[in-house]
Amino acid sequence: MKSAVIVFPGSNCDRDVAVALGRIAGHAPTMVWHGDRAIPKVDLIVLPGGFSYGDYLRSGAMAAHSPVMTEVAARSKQGVPVLGICNGFQILTEAGLLPGALVRNAGLRFICRDVHLKVESTESMYTRRYKRGQVIRIPIAHADGNYRADAKTLDRLEGEGLVAVRYCSPSGEVGEQHTPNGSARNIAGIFNERRTVLGLMPHPERLIEPALGGSDGRPFFEGIAEALAA
Amino acid sequence: MTATMTKAADAPKSMEALAREFGLSAEEYKLALSILGRTPNVTELGIFSVMWSEHCSYKSSKKWLRKLPTTAPWVVCGPGENAGVIDIGDGMVAIFKMESHNHPSFIEPYQGAATGVGGILRDVFTMGARPIANLNALRFGDPKHPKTRHLIAGVVGGIGGYGNCVGVPTVGGECTFHPRYNGNILVNAMTVGLARADRVFYAKAAGIGNPVVYVGSKTGRDGIHGATMASAVFGEEVEAKRPTVQVGDPFTEKLLIEACLELMATDMIVSIQDMGAAGLTSSSFEMAGKGGLGIEIDLDQVPQREPGMSAYEIMLSESQERMLMVLKQGREAEAERIFRKWELDFAVIGRLTDTGRLVLRQYGQVAADMPVAPLSEQMPEYARPWTPTLPRPVVDAASVPAPKDYAATLKKLMGTPDLASKRWIWDQYDHMVMADTLQRPGGDAAVVRIHGSDRGLAIVTDCTPRYCDADPRAGGAQAVAEAWRNITCVGARPLAITDCMNFGNPERPEIMGQFAGCIEGMADACRALDFPVVSGNVSLYNETGATAVQPTPSIGGVGILDNLNTVTTIALKKAGSALVLVGETRGHLGASMFLREIAGREDGAPPPVDLKAERRNGDFVRHHITSGKILAAHDCSDGGLLVAVAEMAMASGIGVALTVPAGGVPLHAFLFGEDQARYVLEVAESDVAKLLTHAQAEGVPAARIGATAGHGAAATLTVNGAWPISVAELRAVNEAWLPAYMSGNA
Repeated sequence: MKSAVIVFPGSNCDRDVAVALGRIAGHAPTMVWHGDRAIPKVDLIVLPGGFSYGDYLRSGAMAAHSPVMTEVAARSKQGVPVLGICNGFQILTEAGLLPGALVRNAGLRFICRDVHLKVESTESMYTRRYKRGQVIRIPIAHADGNYRADAKTLDRLEGEGLVAVRYCSPSGEVGEQHTPNGSARNIAGIFNERRTVLGLMPHPERLIEPALGGSDGRPFFEGIAEALAA
Repeated sequence: MTATMTKAADAPKSMEALAREFGLSAEEYKLALSILGRTPNVTELGIFSVMWSEHCSYKSSKKWLRKLPTTAPWVVCGPGENAGVIDIGDGMVAIFKMESHNHPSFIEPYQGAATGVGGILRDVFTMGARPIANLNALRFGDPKHPKTRHLIAGVVGGIGGYGNCVGVPTVGGECTFHPRYNGNILVNAMTVGLARADRVFYAKAAGIGNPVVYVGSKTGRDGIHGATMASAVFGEEVEAKRPTVQVGDPFTEKLLIEACLELMATDMIVSIQDMGAAGLTSSSFEMAGKGGLGIEIDLDQVPQREPGMSAYEIMLSESQERMLMVLKQGREAEAERIFRKWELDFAVIGRLTDTGRLVLRQYGQVAADMPVAPLSEQMPEYARPWTPTLPRPVVDAASVPAPKDYAATLKKLMGTPDLASKRWIWDQYDHMVMADTLQRPGGDAAVVRIHGSDRGLAIVTDCTPRYCDADPRAGGAQAVAEAWRNITCVGARPLAITDCMNFGNPERPEIMGQFAGCIEGMADACRALDFPVVSGNVSLYNETGATAVQPTPSIGGVGILDNLNTVTTIALKKAGSALVLVGETRGHLGASMFLREIAGREDGAPPPVDLKAERRNGDFVRHHITSGKILAAHDCSDGGLLVAVAEMAMASGIGVALTVPAGGVPLHAFLFGEDQARYVLEVAESDVAKLLTHAQAEGVPAARIGATAGHGAAATLTVNGAWPISVAELRAVNEAWLPAYMSGNA
């Protein structure tokens, strides 16, 4: 499996996701600078977390117009999987590759802590190694993770099974009080129609070994590796 | 534009009067005249005043700082460079420093704290290190003071806003409160970085004719005279000083880190220095001075944010995210490509000369011409008068009423501002980015893995200002000892410290006495524990009206973990194991949390620090941790034994049945006394006897003081079988205070 991690000015989880991919999927990704218009032939494109362009405008708004994004959109159209984590998710919505928007957290503060997620759909290359309804513990670290979309879009996402994960309690109850950032319908991650594109606010790359405090992020990368094993 | 600058620009008044406004004394002005051999112009006067400001010159503190031990076989570079460098083995060095940003943070908390983080990061990556961890030590005023809430929100927001964006995890620190900080909060930021031992960069310029290069952000009119502001007592007109606070741009800092590290992987750099306090002035003097050279700068080449800036403004601006480098001749274009890729300014602004003079040109005219060496060599240095702090009487435990209900007392203590959980703060810091944080905030020390290896660094900040206030020498020693102890608690070998000395007005003999005492105590402890000072910062004039801050020598400590498999945490691991108390308990209640929060008294001598016992007990504990026999470890500090045990229980949800030996020390003094050099260890029952026998052989006081019991909702903490208190309830109280306070409900 070959992958590419796009590096924007201000990306800061590029190394973390590259380490996770390298260690678990067994192939170190190619790091692609945002100014490059060409992306090598890969099986997966990753938009990492961070603060692209400082997120001084809306989070992800500048990066969405960066030269490399034209190619990301084209590849996505061809069916190449695209994974956006945190700032990457924000970029995907700003670029129109996923619906909705990520706005300031309901509490107006940056939040960094482990949260519990309920895996809503396992029918994707990203979530195939989890069980449907499984509760996993994964960290978040964001100020703008409050997912918003109009009711019609939210209904469609839910109706078509395009919600990947939702915030929940340690025992799996979904509700506003277990949603750290105020996201509509407790959404923490969504797919595009073909489930090739995933936008995820939590950081699975941060919990891939017991030494870091947990391994619930590991099956995420194992699933990717398995699905893309050539 | 500040009031001062307007006057400077008008300038008809005498230079001497202006010198006073710039903070130079009559004698200092006279010295400036003799060095220059003529009357300085406004730019030159500005340069003299910032170079000789307390902040940049350490003129009041230098005499005392020399007393601190700064060497050890593993020290690569001690104080005097941008940061300290220690050898951590495997061809790697750790580079670290702590610095204050107190005055700006009080005036404008968000930007003041944010730029504090930015500045300390630059000090570390200037030397070639990739920053891997940030910490911060915060002191706020009384929570009831009307400004406190706003200051906390701003400072925490600023630290998070900057650190999160640059992608360096903020892994630890401390935060306490006292009315003595009402008018002067303390914001001390620490950065630790890693570099290859053969790739450390220094400030010393070399090579006549080599280009002097400016990189990073453009220079603007912000922070002019910030260093002077940081060297004066606050009066009523604090708000008017807001324009002297700089504005941070963490995005540019992130680019600057990456660009500098990319350039540092080549062999193009001769020397490099960040532009911190006093901006272009101090960086150019620093580089030329260390190299014994001269430097010529064409100010027209300095990237500027706005047109029409005067030489004075360019030289004194403290605009952030800027660096000055000397490159090898002929490599300019190659270096420029790297900085352009990262969309940063890059400008050759001058050359090194053999004249030993700093010459500034603007619009083709000489704007300043002054000798480099005398400014630092003849820098004023004061042996300020000092009076020692009078010793306080030892508090007799019998004179302090014992609580009737220990559960209620413990609950109250765990909910007091100083002991309450600071989760509300660290939740706002990305403490996991870089994916090497092995121990997150909330434990004794943060543990950060050395990327790609199975070794790690243990990092802490520590200081107990109420001890320093009561007895500076004991307090100084205690701050160092506690940092050493906390590093020991995770199983690491303590290596070295950085210090951030926060005090009041040094022109007052009693303040100088506090400073002197703290230094003496620190020096004692550093020597006894082989824990030298490798970098640091002094912040004086932390004083508003007649109120000085509590003497606060913040200590940032770094240790090495050679084997990540035997790292311990404070969290209890299982029910049915034994708790062992290491160290002697005399029940010292003077200057304790119990005395202040429960008895409502702040008097008494602090607990004495026996450095021999510290060393012996700590080495014993570390030996057993690294041999893999310790399940959990925690030192006894604020609040004493019972608070330490409660923290261990809360971290895991496992209960404890404490059994306090009868006779001798009164129960309340045993439980809440803050005797030093003590640790609580969780040990499997099967290992206890061996551990105690070994302790006896080593002369280490150690005793079984209870057992772990129960888990989950049923877990309780009991003392001698009485006063049961639910661990869940303790945790709730401990977590509740800060969020409630910040939302206006406490």
